[in-house]
Amino acid sequence: MVDPLISGLITKCIMMTIKMKKGSPHVDKIFKYVAIGAATYVLAIIALIVFNLGTGSAQVWQQEGISFLTGSDWNSVEGRESYGAAPYIMGTLVNAGIAMAIAIPLSFGIAMFLSELSPRLLRTPLAMVIELLAAVPSVVYGLWGLLVFRSYIKDWIEAPLHNVFGDNSIIFAGTPFGLDILTASIVLAIMIIPTIASISKEIMMAVPNSQREAAYMLGATKWEAFRLAVLPYSKSGLIGACILGLGRAVGETMAVTMLIGNATGAAAFPSSLFQPGQTLASIVANEFAEASQGGLHLAALVGIGLILFMMAFAINVVAHLLVAKVVKSHEGAVLA
Amino acid sequence: MITPEQRAEFRTYFRYNVGRRLLLDKIVKGTVFLCVVVAIVPLIAILVDVFTNGSAALSWDFLTKIPGAVGSDDPGGIGPAIQGTIVLIGLSSLIGVPVGVMGGIFLSEYGNNRYGRTVRFFNDVLAEFPTIVIGVFTFVLVVLTIGNFSVWAGSFALSIVMLPIVMRTTEESLKLVPVTYREAGYALGIRRYRVVFTIVLNSAKSGLVTGILLSVARIAGETAPLVFTILGSSQFINGLDGPIDALPLRIWRLSSLPYDSAVTQGWGAAFVLIILVLSINIGVRYLFLQKKEKTFLKFKRLGAIS
Amino acid sequence: MMETVTKTPTKESYTEDIKYKLIAENIYASYDGIVAVKNVSMKFRDRAVTALIGPSGCGKTTFLRCLNRMHELTKNATLTGKVLLDGEDLYSNKVDPIINRRKIGMVFQKPNPFPTMSIYDNVACGLKLNGVRDRKILDEVVEGCLKMASLWDEVKGDLKKPGMSLSGGQQQRLCIDRALAIQPEVLLMDEPASALDPIATQKIEEMIQELKKEYTIIIVTHNMQQATRVSDYTGFMYLGDLVEFGETKQIFENPRNETTAKYVQGQFG
Repeated sequence: MVDPLISGLITKCIMMTIKMKKGSPHVDKIFKYVAIGAATYVLAIIALIVFNLGTGSAQVWQQEGISFLTGSDWNSVEGRESYGAAPYIMGTLVNAGIAMAIAIPLSFGIAMFLSELSPRLLRTPLAMVIELLAAVPSVVYGLWGLLVFRSYIKDWIEAPLHNVFGDNSIIFAGTPFGLDILTASIVLAIMIIPTIASISKEIMMAVPNSQREAAYMLGATKWEAFRLAVLPYSKSGLIGACILGLGRAVGETMAVTMLIGNATGAAAFPSSLFQPGQTLASIVANEFAEASQGGLHLAALVGIGLILFMMAFAINVVAHLLVAKVVKSHEGAVLA
Repeated sequence: MITPEQRAEFRTYFRYNVGRRLLLDKIVKGTVFLCVVVAIVPLIAILVDVFTNGSAALSWDFLTKIPGAVGSDDPGGIGPAIQGTIVLIGLSSLIGVPVGVMGGIFLSEYGNNRYGRTVRFFNDVLAEFPTIVIGVFTFVLVVLTIGNFSVWAGSFALSIVMLPIVMRTTEESLKLVPVTYREAGYALGIRRYRVVFTIVLNSAKSGLVTGILLSVARIAGETAPLVFTILGSSQFINGLDGPIDALPLRIWRLSSLPYDSAVTQGWGAAFVLIILVLSINIGVRYLFLQKKEKTFLKFKRLGAIS
Repeated sequence: MMETVTKTPTKESYTEDIKYKLIAENIYASYDGIVAVKNVSMKFRDRAVTALIGPSGCGKTTFLRCLNRMHELTKNATLTGKVLLDGEDLYSNKVDPIINRRKIGMVFQKPNPFPTMSIYDNVACGLKLNGVRDRKILDEVVEGCLKMASLWDEVKGDLKKPGMSLSGGQQQRLCIDRALAIQPEVLLMDEPASALDPIATQKIEEMIQELKKEYTIIIVTHNMQQATRVSDYTGFMYLGDLVEFGETKQIFENPRNETTAKYVQGQFG
């Protein structure tokens, strides 16, 4: 038996510690506002980005007006300054487009293999390698593209194509050099494959097995089960994955800068695959060091940053809305 | 109602196309397998090339010395770049982690409303932003204002890259803590902030650490924001308001030099960077994620790992 | 415990094996290293309902999935034994599983209509898979099947609506229709009513009574009342063994095995 006095003392002590732990209501309020503040920081950053890129590029919008978007002159020689971003906008779209055209089928193939066909023993290591490759920094992809891949693509793809089709065909015209739109887009494709593939794999694996079983029950082959049960169920998620990949392709800087050959002005308008090009991101990275502070050149580069921001923003908003919609529509469905 | 006679009749309409369907199935399987091979070969080739070429460049001098003069006989090392990357990671975590964790706490504990959804949405969008835009932004905001390239500017830019990742992974791991834990705290009359700090954060710490480490791996490889903010340097750090070198930036500079020694050094620097990034990624997987597959999947969907 | 394993209904014991639609011989099945079914042999009569009862985890669902080679889709699944449909071994290497799965329809525990397909397409997709392109035939089969599940009157106006818009009971009947549309010979049902309310359950049971006039039906249930209501024969499984198999009436009123007796009296399970 414990002395009632002592036990009472112990209780008192426990009560006191709890009281101390309770803390004061003011701190609670402060804590909440700090949390809200941290969250607001994100919104503030985005607002600041828009504002700063806007003011930083105001000069070029005043000077060039709409022709900053539509013009193709790019001249930074003082006195003859003229800036038009149209070739780079086109370059970005073409480059990202080719990369997506290569990456999407391959990524879906990988995702389908991992989620439907792969033996269990192979699945985990393969998925892990793919995910790790998504973490490899883009500058490493660029270095590899420049030092290794470039010569392969020049000798094995570009030279034969050029010899067969020659300068008469538009898209294969120009001397193969290896630093061109084709190389840049293929390396870009290699870079975004891990991203699209691993997201697509997750989406496909999230399809409940009961759906596949229903298809198998009807006598479907693996492919038919995929087509009947997996594909329709995961379609919008897969589109979301692709758009996320597109967002990355559009904003990718280092690898593209190192490989695209860096044409400027009207010459950067993409026509042949074997011709040097330029994207919005790569022109900024390339010319940034040359631009003097306060000059029109710098304002033009910041303006290009603003265009890139708008493109990426639009793409990501669409992707996130799409993915959110999928999640919403699938919650509760099927289990109902 | 279908009679047995009708049933027999229906069966006659089935085309016995099984052979063709199985063939199609085989073709699709073959194509898929081909896709895997075509995609995986260059991806593996990158790793193999970096490892073989890079390990050849490795030496103690290479890791610790400053780069030699361009074109000179002594190629020097990448010491300043390694140092710079470590300093940048440290400083940007100093800004990115507290703000990100607090933001994550907001999203999970107070974010079940319109404002929370708005923040979550823009946070997700920010996570996927081209980092070059963040670089240009930081240049306009910090570098132009202060007047010179600095470590601070680079850290600020990288903190913006890491912030959304930390925030979302924090939110996801806090959400996994069962409500009953919180209720137990409230029942004892403990204040909300104490419940969050002592009970919730404690139970979610492995998820938190995972998110932070993954965001560190991500910023370690970022180049684009650094081009506009830290400029690069061939000296060891000389105060936080001056330029500094970083590994990815050094790789980029080396790749544009026409010397064989630069190529070797480029591989070496890429090797060091890849080891850093991959060891964080693999380490995190094994240390924290064995039992937390689900959180991990969510992280992955958030793009934290790429 | 094992002496009744190959017991067939006494009344029919003189008949030839050939009268049985589906025969399972010495099935051993396991998944993830767990042996779920141990040496079970059973014979299923045509145009009759056979119920498999037993406590959870006794292997009845696994056994059912062996009957149309669905078990091999489970991860780490192994299986030995024979399943004969009209005397032809389903597991022989000569026949691809997809051919026989068409002859053996299956209904799952939870309704699993294809969520993106309309009601019509849900029923018709199996036919399309088998190369039926003729719109008229498709219409005819869809209507016939929906009528069999007395779903036709409830949905005939909105066949184009997604299958997910139906209630749980209607979804399950839609799934039965989907299985019936490919004109199978055997229908396997894995606790088809366990996720449904009593009214929907009653409709499904009525449907089974109707269907047994033309099909071999095998139903897994752990609801003993349901087994007595719908089945002609009952097999009791326990811990992977088939403990007793006989006419439903006999199993429930006069079980020969002690374990069976305890189970049907509700002493465990």
